[in-house]
Amino acid sequence: MLRYLAGRLGQSCILLLLVSLIGYCVLLLAPGGPMSQFALTPGISKAELDRIAEQMGLNRPIIVQYADWLWHLLQGQWGTSFRDGRPVLTIIFEHLPATLLLMGTATAISISLGVWIGIRGAVRRYSLFDYAATVGAMIALSVPTFWFGLVAIYIFSLKLGWFPAGNMYTIGNGSPADYLWHLVLPAFVLAFVDVAIWSRYMRTATLDVINQDFVRTAHAKGLSRRRVLFKHVVGNALLPMITLAGMQLPVLLSGALVTETVFTWPGMGRLFLDSLGYSDYPVIMGLLMFSAVLVLIGSLLADLLSAFIDPRIRLA
Amino acid sequence: MSSAVSPTLAPPERWWRSRTVRRFCRHRLAMFGVAMIVLLTLACVFGPYLLPYDELFIDLRARFAPPLTGWHFFGTDPLGRDLAARLFNAGRISLLVGFFAMLMSTMIGTFIGVLAGYYGGKIGAVLMRITDAFLSFPSIFLLLALAAFIKPSPFTITAIIAVTSWMEVARIVSAEVRSLRERDFIQAARMLGLSNRWIMFRELLPNAIGPIIVAATLTVARAILLEAYVSFLGYGIQPPLPSWGNMLNGAQQYLGSAPWLAIVPGVAITLAVTSFNFIGDGLRDALDARSDLS
Repeated sequence: MLRYLAGRLGQSCILLLLVSLIGYCVLLLAPGGPMSQFALTPGISKAELDRIAEQMGLNRPIIVQYADWLWHLLQGQWGTSFRDGRPVLTIIFEHLPATLLLMGTATAISISLGVWIGIRGAVRRYSLFDYAATVGAMIALSVPTFWFGLVAIYIFSLKLGWFPAGNMYTIGNGSPADYLWHLVLPAFVLAFVDVAIWSRYMRTATLDVINQDFVRTAHAKGLSRRRVLFKHVVGNALLPMITLAGMQLPVLLSGALVTETVFTWPGMGRLFLDSLGYSDYPVIMGLLMFSAVLVLIGSLLADLLSAFIDPRIRLA
Repeated sequence: MSSAVSPTLAPPERWWRSRTVRRFCRHRLAMFGVAMIVLLTLACVFGPYLLPYDELFIDLRARFAPPLTGWHFFGTDPLGRDLAARLFNAGRISLLVGFFAMLMSTMIGTFIGVLAGYYGGKIGAVLMRITDAFLSFPSIFLLLALAAFIKPSPFTITAIIAVTSWMEVARIVSAEVRSLRERDFIQAARMLGLSNRWIMFRELLPNAIGPIIVAATLTVARAILLEAYVSFLGYGIQPPLPSWGNMLNGAQQYLGSAPWLAIVPGVAITLAVTSFNFIGDGLRDALDARSDLS
């Protein structure tokens, strides 16, 4: 177990190094680069630009810059925002809870709905329900999240007036009920695509388990259908879902970014877009790295958890 | 020569009567997808010539006309431009971006996947770790970061989408090639002394083409979605050039007064993406020889 853990951690570290290299190169080598925003200042001279570049260390070879940046990163110094001079990590941690709240709620919705639809579809295979779920999932996977958000706002806030069209809380209120009220629409919009994915995978996993010998044995023992389904089938079918949850994390984060922009949700996605608007390199870089770290930790946890729950998975 | 030596040989099967094609044609959703894509493509290619309005013609007296006002089938936008004309012209851009992004990303992914799968060992490990690293970024973050700093044009958007969506194909191809690598016909090719390049691209690649085609079809759908996201946020295709995504860009602020501005392009995107997903699903079923058994 420990050896496996060490190996997995080592792998993640190598991956993180690659991620940082790719992220750094992508941003630094993009035409314009970090200096472009200073070059826009009217009347700025070449000498002044050179001085800024030297001050910020941007005139050094790229490898040196990267090593320097990485070294500071490892020490927890993620730089300061170009916009307001505050530390990048502080800013990110301010926006993290909102995103986690949105993602957590959406995941809870999508797992419960998706698992239910998947099991029902597998048990009543080729029924009307199964067919409708299959086609429905394909369409759900094709609807652009942001457009679905717009349609939801149009129907549920503008026409019916049931839910607010944006923001996380009413200014001056901020009670848990108020948060919840603001959370409903964005969480369901974000969960929409995930329900489709979960139900598809759950259907396949359930079908795999249903045809196995131990399920037939359970039936032969005279157990009730309900008992076989919930005790023997669902438990086993849920195992691969843990890995899926880890794999879905980047998709979920991407979705959260898009949902946040439509619903003016003050999370990391909103921060990312604002920082893009200001060419705020340190924050953009920090968010890229931070989200990659989140994703890697997520997949590592998913692997460990499924190994912990399922004794058949050998840790080697 | 073949007819003289073996006159009893059955005539070669015509490709359009092969089992794969027949299976694909039986797939109702896939057929729906093909029909929709053909219709959408025809509408985008010929539609602008048939409509009485130019997509850039501004008519301030006809601002915010709802659908079916006069000859404005889908209504007009805040500048009084005809939405139908804009939709079809935008479709040209969006579909082209989707198609070429697919072509580029499939080529990148296939190349990396074949190399990684064929050589395995250190080269394979390095290539696949790079693929994993790209997969660790939420794709939309990477895409937006690139799009925000590179001067946007249809070509750069296409390239940026391709650069951030080749990983699935690379994984599929490398797994496929790894399973084919030890087969007899590859051993035979090695013994014949064929070059590595020949074996990779003339022997292995044609045998892995099925999963590549499926992945490529699904990539078109993804690319159309990604272009729409990026353009919606204002970092993609720039006006006055219309695209389905940037038509939605201003739609949010008029959602209450002119909802058709959001609905019309959104439906077009959804239709196109759904159709490509249906086609991909049909192809997967058709190319999978085992699907006859179930």
